[in-house]
Amino acid sequence: MKPTDIAAPDYFHKVVDCQWACPAHTPVPEYIRLIAQGRYSDAYMINWKSNVFPGILGRTCDRPCEPACRRGRVEENPVAICRLKRVAADFKDDIRQRLPKPGPKNGKRVALVGGGPASLTVARDLAPLGYHCTVFDADPEAGGMMRTQIPKFRLPNSVIDEETGYILNLGVEFKGGHRIDSMKALLAEKYDAIFVGSGAPRGRELELPGRKEAAANIHIGIEWLANVSFGHVDKIGKRVIVLGGGNTAMDCCRTARRLGGEKVTVVVRSGFDEMKASPWEKEDAIHEDIPILNYMVPVAFKHVAGKLIGVTFQHVKAEYDAKGRRNLVPSGDPDQTIPCDDVLVAVGQENAFPWIEQDCGIEFDKWHMPKVDPKTFASTNPKVFFGGDAAFGPKNIIWAVAHGHDAALSIHKMLSGEAVDERPLPEVQISSQKMGIHEWSYDNDISPDKRYKVPHRDKVVALKDIRAEVELGYDVKLALGEAHRCLNCDVQTVFSTSLCIECDACADICPMDCITFTANGEESDLRQRLKAPSAHPDQDLYVSSDLKTGRVMVKDEDVCLHCGLCAERCPTGAWDMQKYFIEMTHAGSTCPTKSRSAA
Amino acid sequence: MTYIAKPKFHHPGLKKNALGYTHRDYEGKISTLCAGCGHDSITASIIEACYELSIEPHRVAKISGIGCSSKTPDYFLGNSHGFNSVHGRMPSVLTGANLANRDLIYLGVSGDGDSASIGFGQFAHSIRRGVNMTYIVENNGVYGLTKGQFSATADRGSKSKKGVTNTDNAIDLVAIALQLGATFVARSFSGDKSQLVPLIAAAIGHKGASFIDVISPCIAFNNHAGSTKSFDYVREHNDAVNRLDVLVGRDPIAVDYAPGTVQVVEQHDGSKIALRKIDADYDPHDRLGAQTFLARHAAKGQIVTGLLYVDPEAEDLHEHLNTVETPLNALEADTLCPGSAVLDKINASLR
Repeated sequence: MKPTDIAAPDYFHKVVDCQWACPAHTPVPEYIRLIAQGRYSDAYMINWKSNVFPGILGRTCDRPCEPACRRGRVEENPVAICRLKRVAADFKDDIRQRLPKPGPKNGKRVALVGGGPASLTVARDLAPLGYHCTVFDADPEAGGMMRTQIPKFRLPNSVIDEETGYILNLGVEFKGGHRIDSMKALLAEKYDAIFVGSGAPRGRELELPGRKEAAANIHIGIEWLANVSFGHVDKIGKRVIVLGGGNTAMDCCRTARRLGGEKVTVVVRSGFDEMKASPWEKEDAIHEDIPILNYMVPVAFKHVAGKLIGVTFQHVKAEYDAKGRRNLVPSGDPDQTIPCDDVLVAVGQENAFPWIEQDCGIEFDKWHMPKVDPKTFASTNPKVFFGGDAAFGPKNIIWAVAHGHDAALSIHKMLSGEAVDERPLPEVQISSQKMGIHEWSYDNDISPDKRYKVPHRDKVVALKDIRAEVELGYDVKLALGEAHRCLNCDVQTVFSTSLCIECDACADICPMDCITFTANGEESDLRQRLKAPSAHPDQDLYVSSDLKTGRVMVKDEDVCLHCGLCAERCPTGAWDMQKYFIEMTHAGSTCPTKSRSAA
Repeated sequence: MTYIAKPKFHHPGLKKNALGYTHRDYEGKISTLCAGCGHDSITASIIEACYELSIEPHRVAKISGIGCSSKTPDYFLGNSHGFNSVHGRMPSVLTGANLANRDLIYLGVSGDGDSASIGFGQFAHSIRRGVNMTYIVENNGVYGLTKGQFSATADRGSKSKKGVTNTDNAIDLVAIALQLGATFVARSFSGDKSQLVPLIAAAIGHKGASFIDVISPCIAFNNHAGSTKSFDYVREHNDAVNRLDVLVGRDPIAVDYAPGTVQVVEQHDGSKIALRKIDADYDPHDRLGAQTFLARHAAKGQIVTGLLYVDPEAEDLHEHLNTVETPLNALEADTLCPGSAVLDKINASLR
């Protein structure tokens, strides 16, 4: 193999698995260290810069970082990254002085359709640069799906108000209760750029026999959740069936439990393990006495004289064809009818752009989705950009934020007369953490603790009040324990070939057997000759150039604890622990400048 | 020295030996030696050899004297018996322990100061008596704990870190061990685990006095130009006569060397050593030949490594003395002390 080019920004970025997996590339280990130091405001600001909604995401994020977390490959559970983010939000001081100020107006106007996370991120990035941002939303308050679809017992209004407020206070104009019905009309208002962040607002229908007749008691999940959120709906029947296996279904069933649903059942077509809902959301639902029945396909709504009395299901089983594709085929068991008073349909969401006229210069593909550049988020109309669920269909908040940053950068470049498709490199800093012979400026003593559970409100109390937040968040002590579980993957092991005397000290001390000195070879061959088996080929090998004896140093990044023992036991300083800080380039920092980061 | 404990986490894919242990289970405390010390590599090699042999840690007694090398038994086999004796007295304590309980595996760990100076006589007599043990000298040629004076194994003409030339003749412990009748004699290098680990494994399997001289560079005081015990010097002057694999029990290692170059030596414990010859003329069963070979190469400034001599039919001290097979701690009180009638009988036989 060729010697690893550690100067390429992606190499060390990939080692920080959580940050690499995060769509917004939040510097996770950096803010976890700040939490451990009690510097909650600093931790919050790092998050705020990167993911805009730390308090909201700390409660609701889909956390792609956690399955990626290296700790999950070392022991059973990853670090509770998401809930530590909430800790930063919960315990911070008043940070308003640290937020950017509205910049002097540059005379350019940007319209943002939809007041959800994508649009608000664009506004956050552009307003301080002097753009006049106008956010339109059909709802009276900002937040979009974060406010309408996520139940208050998971995300209180106060958190949404606070974090959307930080953005609106940057001089962003918010036009609530103002639905945009025509793109053409909007274009006619001569905005310099338009960003569409209108989400995936339509809940998918389930056209089955009885749907029309029993319509009074069959509700579309996201619409019903929005009605609950605005107080238009405050009760439901005692027996409720929720159809669907995603996070919306989990929110529906748990909300139903709080509005009078005594016997709430979730029914999914596929297997329990293949459900789209996050594992922790399934756990929370089960904890609230909601059974989840699987491999049952709804075939009809049963009704008597227009009154829903139940849903009939066919039992199925999974069969795999020669290509490994799964098919659900009838299992042969007789159909089953589950009696109920109400049904909540949460079988998916769809995009809908009836308000975009065909002659706006915005092309759509055969799935009726706008043609959007995945890098620049530009549509075929150079003035119109898309982001969030509106761009590529339903995802989640953190993706919407990432889209928003990229779209804001595109808009800024376009309106500054720069090429939109030339994307600036991220800003990277790397610095040694060595303080003394065996002293590092980070805590390298690996905590053996298991993942700490987040305290929950007592179930009886929680089920009585739909606005009582179920998760109470870590207290300071629990947060400290959990923060210590972080392996500091951003403190990189950096190897200098010229200093190595091949004494084997690093290979001997490494608790994870990551380091091997051996003859060079092709990657597949080298992976066979490592001290410990290489279980994850997607994890890189760090290969040195030729050493004095003709061998090379090979380090499997896979399960490195970043404990720094290789560097402590190295007599010549050939190994060093260097903190690698990478920040994505947002609008306004197109030319990376040196800025100090917290230690 | 490192202040944090080595994390207990280990690689999830580590292989387990016949006892279900990973090599991490054979570790001891974290080393307090200087960073990069050759001794730490020897520690790692002992751990690896014991892991590969699936040795039960409670069956090992590790005994040492004083010095950097003699600290190392704290860093391996944390669940074994151990005795840190007076300076240079490891061989005597080991001999006594071995006589009391022949069922344990005895690992004597010593250094060039401990064995070639203050304990030179002790070393000689334990070898001469054929105590069943693995005697490892971690040989760096300097007194590291007292800041780098030449030890008795430092080569004449080699330079100290401050530039002083050594004018005394060196003791070659391998030559002495051969002359005193050790039945397993080897030399290796801490920077070459592929050679060292099987040597230690083979020595543990050998019944009789096994002696391994391991050149182990002292990073702090003896790894400079002019030293003959530095990483660079040893790598340049290493003349390995053979490489070996230890074949334990049912798991023969596939040896794909050219025919005629591999020699299999069967040991008392049933294990086999597959010796791959590098020097075609070298015969590891010829004590006299080994001595001559060693002297000739030493004169050329070459460091001969590998398994230099082995007598697979060796006997040990217990056989010489015809001692009881049962360890003393397993004998009943009336056997150990049969009473005055028996004593009278013995006394009468001596009158």
